[in-house]
Amino acid sequence: MSSKSIIWVYWLISTLIIGGYLAYRLMSEDQAIFLPGKTSHGHYQIELDCGACHTDSFGGGQVLQEACMSCHGKELKNVDDSHPKSKFTDPRNADRVANLDARKCVACHVEHKPEITSTMAVTVPEDVCVYCHMDIAEDRPSHAGMAFDTCASAGCHNFHDNQGLYEDFLLKHTDEADVKAEIKVKNRNYRESIHLISNYPLEAYPLSSLSLAEKDVPSKVKVDQKVLQEWNVTSHAKAGVNCTACHSEFDKPAQTKKWINNPDHSVCISCHEAETEGFLSGKHGMRLKQNMSAMTPAMARLPMKPFSHDKELNCTSCHSSHKFDTRHAAVEACLSCHNDEHSLAYKSSKHYALWYKETNAQAETGSGVSCTTCHMPRTLYNSGDGNRVIVQHNQNDNLRPNEKMLRTVCMDCHGLGFSIDALADEGLIKNNFKGRPKQHIKSIDMAKDRIKNKELRQVGEGDK
Amino acid sequence: MKTRQNLTILLLGISALVLGACGETKTTGIQPKDMADALHKVMESDRTVYTKYIVNRLAVQEKVIKASEHWKDDKALVLPAQMFRYGAEMVAEKGANFSYSLLSLWPVNKQNSPKTDAEKTGLKFISDNPGKNYYAEEKLGDQNYFTAIYADTAVAKACISCHNDHKDSPRTDFKMGEVMGGVVIRIPIGS
Repeated sequence: MSSKSIIWVYWLISTLIIGGYLAYRLMSEDQAIFLPGKTSHGHYQIELDCGACHTDSFGGGQVLQEACMSCHGKELKNVDDSHPKSKFTDPRNADRVANLDARKCVACHVEHKPEITSTMAVTVPEDVCVYCHMDIAEDRPSHAGMAFDTCASAGCHNFHDNQGLYEDFLLKHTDEADVKAEIKVKNRNYRESIHLISNYPLEAYPLSSLSLAEKDVPSKVKVDQKVLQEWNVTSHAKAGVNCTACHSEFDKPAQTKKWINNPDHSVCISCHEAETEGFLSGKHGMRLKQNMSAMTPAMARLPMKPFSHDKELNCTSCHSSHKFDTRHAAVEACLSCHNDEHSLAYKSSKHYALWYKETNAQAETGSGVSCTTCHMPRTLYNSGDGNRVIVQHNQNDNLRPNEKMLRTVCMDCHGLGFSIDALADEGLIKNNFKGRPKQHIKSIDMAKDRIKNKELRQVGEGDK
Repeated sequence: MKTRQNLTILLLGISALVLGACGETKTTGIQPKDMADALHKVMESDRTVYTKYIVNRLAVQEKVIKASEHWKDDKALVLPAQMFRYGAEMVAEKGANFSYSLLSLWPVNKQNSPKTDAEKTGLKFISDNPGKNYYAEEKLGDQNYFTAIYADTAVAKACISCHNDHKDSPRTDFKMGEVMGGVVIRIPIGS
């Protein structure tokens, strides 16, 4: 064989090996080799599944935009997005689009660019508002001289969600007490709302309390007595949810129900759809949503307790199978993994003191503040036929920017002004709200002043 | 040889006819003005129905429910201007080949002031010439548009009371039947 032929053979073999290796990596869950750069905190859990966002090899920006909206579109609608796409597709804003093409999410949120990524995965300069609101001081003289990189400071404005910051809302909640006399944490009402849950198997499992003797475990399945005892005291047993309600799936070929030992979230979702969807949308469950292996604390970027690193996150990792103790899920489950300053300071906070009193029957239900009171708040869910109270299992839903917590959490117990100040104080957040806010955000004052000045002007004009 | 020449001439002739037909400037189908006029008739009618039969009747006459800018928080009716704007946003989301908006020389929200030359001229024209519409062509970005502007008048007491009493309204003396603003419809035309 000539030397030229040998070179060709080597070339062919090495091409096949490299091509085969790349194809194997492309088909596997670990696609790290293709990552062009570190992803943001919101996406790193699923960054090794390129197809989660790059759903099509062809199609360009529109494909990415559709991927963004498939996960974030509903949330933007729910918060009455202040800058919807339609604002930028309006031809009269063509000059603005020339400066910032906000018709697509990637105009402000480019992934794989850690060197230019700031909080909330924003990749444009902080003073980006200047492009369209340069003349704001003409309409709001109080804003004269303010730097445009302060627009999105805590307690002022957000690009998308301003539900807790718009002027009339600020005016409606002026002069509120730091701590309200009446606490408004919603009570859960699952049982009363079952008629609003379309898939609830009420015929198979009527709402009547079950005893141990009524368990419907098949005779060939061996069950630990401890497991049965745990189930027997749960809300499940009290609501007629028997063993097979969770431990069975429909066997299509046999046209019958088949026992399963380890049901996962795909079973929970049949009765707890909104809650499971929330879980799958948040950092705990987003890998499962993409059919990847479950998230583990070892993968987290936040500090986690070392002994928790291998725990796989699914519904039962917090709720524990059979016990389904919501109090455990509300605090101890969180603290069994989370190891950051804010989490570690919780048990010496006033919020925990209230939780301790409530859980030890020293205070009324709803008066305590657990981890989930703030990070998985109870919220109204519109099923189409009516509202029911659900626990928002996407812990990121109100976390970034943190002003989203104003309406969903803080204002249940605190006045708006105090809440805005507290959320703007990073030190206070770290120590889990020990002490008072060290700074005052003037949003409410500015709103009040504007109205007062306007009224004074009108009186002056009337006198002329 | 002669046959080949004749065939070449015939082919050239056919090509010229085809190309000539392609270059013909005669336009078929609905004209932008007719389309804009038709769209406006639907918009104006729907808007009037909502304003008179829903908002004015329930909020002003029978006082059974409020209409509020913050309708979600206040558990109230959507204001007529919001109903119109939400519709425009939904149409835009669906990728329709036209857009529309509600603008005014005296807007409650400053973002709804006239901005382009056509908007400035048109809003003044419809205000100074009751009953007449304004039509123009304008280039925004890289696209040419046929732009039509129609008067938006106070058809119910709810319109004038809301605008005259609003803290951000630059004008507080609107009367029934007066032009309060204009509906701007844009249809993209050849670039």
